[in-house]
Amino acid sequence: MEPIRKHEGLVYPLNRANIDTDQIIPKQFLKRIERQGFGQFLFYNWRFEDDGTPRENFSLNDKKYEGASILVAGENFGCGSSREHAPWAIQDFGFKVIIAPSYADIFYNNCLKNGILAIIQPEEVTEKLIEKAEAENYTLTVNLENQTIKDSTGFEVSFDVPEYHKEMLLNGWDEIAVTLTHEDKISQYEAAQN
Amino acid sequence: MSQPKTIVEKIWDQHVVHQEEGKPDLLYIDLHLVHEVTSPQAFEGLRMNNRKVRQPEKTFATMDHNVPTLDRYFIKDPVSKKQIDTLKANCEEFNVPLADIGHPDQGIVHVIGPELGLTQPGKTIVCGDSHTSTHGAFGALAFGIGTSEVEHVLATQTLWQNKPKTLNVKVNGDLGVGVTAKDLILAIIAKFGVRFGTGYVIEYTGEAIRNLTVEERMTVCNMSIEAGARAGLISPDEKTFEYIKGRRHAPAGEDFDIALEKWKALATDEGATYDATVEIEAAEVEPQVTWGINPGMGLPISANVPSPNTAKTAVEREEIERALEYMGLEADQPISSVKIDHVFIGSCTNSRLSDLRRAANIVRGKKVNPSVTALVVPGSQTIKLRAEEEGLDTIFKEAGFQWREAGCSMCLAMNDDIIPSGERCASTSNRNFEGRQGNGARTHLVSPEMAAAAAIEGQFVDVRKYSAPTLSS
Repeated sequence: MEPIRKHEGLVYPLNRANIDTDQIIPKQFLKRIERQGFGQFLFYNWRFEDDGTPRENFSLNDKKYEGASILVAGENFGCGSSREHAPWAIQDFGFKVIIAPSYADIFYNNCLKNGILAIIQPEEVTEKLIEKAEAENYTLTVNLENQTIKDSTGFEVSFDVPEYHKEMLLNGWDEIAVTLTHEDKISQYEAAQN
Repeated sequence: MSQPKTIVEKIWDQHVVHQEEGKPDLLYIDLHLVHEVTSPQAFEGLRMNNRKVRQPEKTFATMDHNVPTLDRYFIKDPVSKKQIDTLKANCEEFNVPLADIGHPDQGIVHVIGPELGLTQPGKTIVCGDSHTSTHGAFGALAFGIGTSEVEHVLATQTLWQNKPKTLNVKVNGDLGVGVTAKDLILAIIAKFGVRFGTGYVIEYTGEAIRNLTVEERMTVCNMSIEAGARAGLISPDEKTFEYIKGRRHAPAGEDFDIALEKWKALATDEGATYDATVEIEAAEVEPQVTWGINPGMGLPISANVPSPNTAKTAVEREEIERALEYMGLEADQPISSVKIDHVFIGSCTNSRLSDLRRAANIVRGKKVNPSVTALVVPGSQTIKLRAEEEGLDTIFKEAGFQWREAGCSMCLAMNDDIIPSGERCASTSNRNFEGRQGNGARTHLVSPEMAAAAAIEGQFVDVRKYSAPTLSS
């Protein structure tokens, strides 16, 4: 996976709580056997009418958010299914960072495994970011190394990230290769069970 | 005596392969269940890196999400067909045992694991599917994983995991007549919300849980993920051991006795502590119906649909308004007044033989309302066969239900079983998310009994007042 250290990008605000994986990527698009190409289906049923024309009242279709790479949403983002197609769709669409008050556990892990930085911020902060991004063209700079989020007007907050996750993201490591350095321990464990 | 432990701590400690300061634990996985939707990219990853499946015999695959329920061998959608064919080819290439589409063991992965005796107390079980929590009913630590983790388990038989916090959901007293395990778990999620379990493993305890059958416990554990918990489990007891004994992959003879000794030691010790505890009184639980677009938006059958005016925050208000609009419901209307177009009895939540028996008891001798299309999809081919031996299929068919082949079917509508936009379904499945059963489809989650009664009445009805042979007492 691609390492992520520092990212500056346009914010897209999606002011909804409990956004589930069926909304992020509806089930009819889970049939592909590749990892790529899911971005076109992101939030499909919210973005498009039944006949495939873009819905005017869904904000992601608004030109002002074109090229956005930081998604700010409400709490419990990514609840529901374990489908990794959800982070694949988010990433393929162009998002590199998500900021929300909380995430579903499986979704959070899936982001990490794909090099998407999922940041937890208190609701006061996410609400403020959403408000700003709804009002104006709003850009944030996210720095994983020193764990900060900044805008151009002096706003700055820090965020927590478990050390192991940080290391994985900064280096873009292949986790299986890391695990296989402990293969002797796995074999010992298996031998002891038999 | 050593420090009292919860079952979660015991299973965890038995499975740690490697521990290091500042890192998650490397946890050994005893059983890896695989299906066609979340595995192709994982097998592809193995191929690209020239890796093998470390323990094919600890891996078991089946096809369920895309399987047609009319003619199993005729998959209309070429993309679905390719996904099915890909799993078969991958299993052959990597020597993974497979209950193929025509195999008598085929079924929903969370139904056949227990059915075949693969699911056992004390095991760590994973699958690229969030309803893997189902297997917790046996006292296993079972949780859903993404495709990258599927690849990781295939290659290493392990996962890096942070030790989870434990949450005791204690259910006091016993459920009333006509109130089911499904109603209990829906009531728990309605009461505590769709994220109260996030970051935790739930252990369900209390008299009502002990009194549930093993299959009812599977219904409860299945929906742990709808409360945010990756895993939910129940300490095993005599009922659990009895259920497993004699199943094909269960230990047999002397091995069973050896396993039994280990299993008996798993239950949470007296005096063990949890990171959090919530309690609910079973006697207060009524038959449930969800009204909205997440499983926490549930109501007792006697209640009215909520109004946005009851919302405590702006976000909550927006959520209620959006749910009412999507579901085509009026604020404050009685949920029992809602008319339905479809009934789906099936899914990994409620498609086992006991679920079908209880629904058949409601349906026996009655007719499905002419305005309703009703479907029964058994959880596995074995269940289908056994139900037919008992004549359950005849009861359903005579009433006007369609009797289908095993699979996930209308729970998530990846096959051809789709609810048309704007139509309404009483469903025994686990998720009422927007578009889950078809774009624009409106899902109400209920128990098999409530679904059966709704099929006959054409609208929701309190099954406790509904005349059925088994409820006459």
